[in-house]
Amino acid sequence: MSTIRQEYLRHDKKFPHVWCPGCGNGIVLGAMLRAIHRLELAKDEIVLVSGIGCSGRMPVYVDFNTLHTTHGRALTFATGIKLARPALTVLAVMGDGDATAIGGNHFIHAARRNLNFTAIIINNQIYGMTGGQYSPTTPYGARAATAKHGHIEHAFSIAELAVTAGASFVARGTVYHAAQLDTLIEKAISRTGFSVVEIMSNCHVQFGRRNKMADPVTMLKWFRDRAVRTQDAVDLHPDSLSDKFTIGVLADVEKPSYIAEYEKIRIRAKKKK
Amino acid sequence: MKNRPEIRRRLIQGNEAIVEGALAAGCRFFAGYPITPASEIGELMATRLPEVDGTFIQMEDEIAGMGAVVGASLAGVKSLTATSGPGFSLIQENLGFACIAEVPCVVVNVMRGGPSTGLPTCPAQGDVLQARWGTHGDHPIIVLAVSSVIDSFNITVIAFNLSEKYRVPVIILSDETVAHTRESVVLPPAGSIAVVDRIIPTVPPEWYHPYEGNSRGVPAMAPFGSGYRHHVTGLVHDRHGYPTQQPEEVDAFTRRLHRKISNGFHDIHIVRRLHLEDAEVAVIAYGSVGRTAQRAVAMARNKGIKAGLIQLITLFPFPKEAVVNVLRQCRAVLVPEMNMGQISREVRRVSPGDTKIHKLNRVDGLPIDPDQLFKELQLL
Repeated sequence: MSTIRQEYLRHDKKFPHVWCPGCGNGIVLGAMLRAIHRLELAKDEIVLVSGIGCSGRMPVYVDFNTLHTTHGRALTFATGIKLARPALTVLAVMGDGDATAIGGNHFIHAARRNLNFTAIIINNQIYGMTGGQYSPTTPYGARAATAKHGHIEHAFSIAELAVTAGASFVARGTVYHAAQLDTLIEKAISRTGFSVVEIMSNCHVQFGRRNKMADPVTMLKWFRDRAVRTQDAVDLHPDSLSDKFTIGVLADVEKPSYIAEYEKIRIRAKKKK
Repeated sequence: MKNRPEIRRRLIQGNEAIVEGALAAGCRFFAGYPITPASEIGELMATRLPEVDGTFIQMEDEIAGMGAVVGASLAGVKSLTATSGPGFSLIQENLGFACIAEVPCVVVNVMRGGPSTGLPTCPAQGDVLQARWGTHGDHPIIVLAVSSVIDSFNITVIAFNLSEKYRVPVIILSDETVAHTRESVVLPPAGSIAVVDRIIPTVPPEWYHPYEGNSRGVPAMAPFGSGYRHHVTGLVHDRHGYPTQQPEEVDAFTRRLHRKISNGFHDIHIVRRLHLEDAEVAVIAYGSVGRTAQRAVAMARNKGIKAGLIQLITLFPFPKEAVVNVLRQCRAVLVPEMNMGQISREVRRVSPGDTKIHKLNRVDGLPIDPDQLFKELQLL
């Protein structure tokens, strides 16, 4: 890890980072860097795009081409970059509110469109940086700064939404299952088409504190106890999965990617001309 | 087939001329969402861009279109989006990003009546101040207005050039009359068009400071993937591009954004003058009304009225000096607009003295016609 840290972080600027002690974002960052290292991608060829929120601060720490965009819009900027320079490896890192509330429309259309880049969604089930208001993934009944009496809305399953919307590769992991996370991100980056990795992560400060899990260890145990590997889930009765979620690869399908299809359009257009 | 010269005389509408102007200026990316009366721009881009190795994408909404435009420009490709009033409102968020991150790009707003869904496909000029002040925060921006089909071509080229030169988004305001009027125009041969490209860094990557202003206040811009890894953010940033809240860095940054535009007034301020040499009364107009005013001024001259016209191509930064000169010279001016008086506010703001400033405001969804303008002119 020390070589990876030396290699990929921006040491000259902006440390210490803004994340709270024990935050899962550091585990996600580590997993992403290890995946990139394993894939032997050159730093010049990577663009890391983010939206706004705690996850939005990730690009500033890493020595790639980095872009911190507007709230919810990371995928739209990433779309422009990828289309302008298809050779670049584009990653968009977002939070659950960023990706599925304000950016929900962009998210489903990015999945449908199947442009060749990767979305990493850190799902801590809360708006962390803004002060703990409920997000589209806050569980029913949970407490939040805007749900002091208990949350009455129902949560999105981000990964399943991505599958339904047509993303060609979808996976879910947790920051407890850190070793698996490296592999999931590695697979996601190496796939052609739009790939999504949803990562259940702990915000013990804004979510945990209000929901009897005020420290990172309790939250990690919560992920450990609720995560079921996809291959194990198939043998289980749906009722026994009601308060659980699956981890692993949820979709891995081949379908024409936007970049390849558009190249055909160019050839057709030039012939006609 | 014989190698015949490209026929550059064309019967096209304003929206098509904007596409041709953009392509001539080197635009190779369009992202947007259809809306009348701007839709033809996207439609034609979808056909034309792949022919020249460019890329078109129809996004899920205008916010996404503008985000993709900024992304493509950051990756080094000249980019355009086009919309109308309601879509222009949606674009504002990411337009602000382009302002703070100094991302060159061009946004066309073919104005229609409003607010809200308003008067789809009726001419209006209601978005003038939205173009200047629509996004949040304090920042300069360049706004140009087109009045004819050939203008739509030429001014789009200028818009891209200014955008690249100053690293600032440029907004082109068109209106339904210009957008959908077909005219026969002769487009200049491709090689004869002056095209400006952004300055890219020449120093070694470790020496590159992506937001270090030069004497013009405009930093060199390295596209993503060119070996100059750097950080781009919508937060106020230091010369490295990293977020800062240090008062002296914030102050220096904000002032540089303004300075780079104020330093460039001489080539940003574009106006047309007609019969102003001896004019005692003058019309100050822009967009399709500028053209109406040319006719009205000619009618007034025929009647022996010493009338002149200053037609504003650049609306913002407001061409104060040129307008003040007219105000000093004339006893009265008329500002006809298809709104309740957005540019007349600017004229009043810069007015140095006692010149009478009259307004003519048409807001019924119809264009101002020369007779109407001429009648008002006679009353001055």
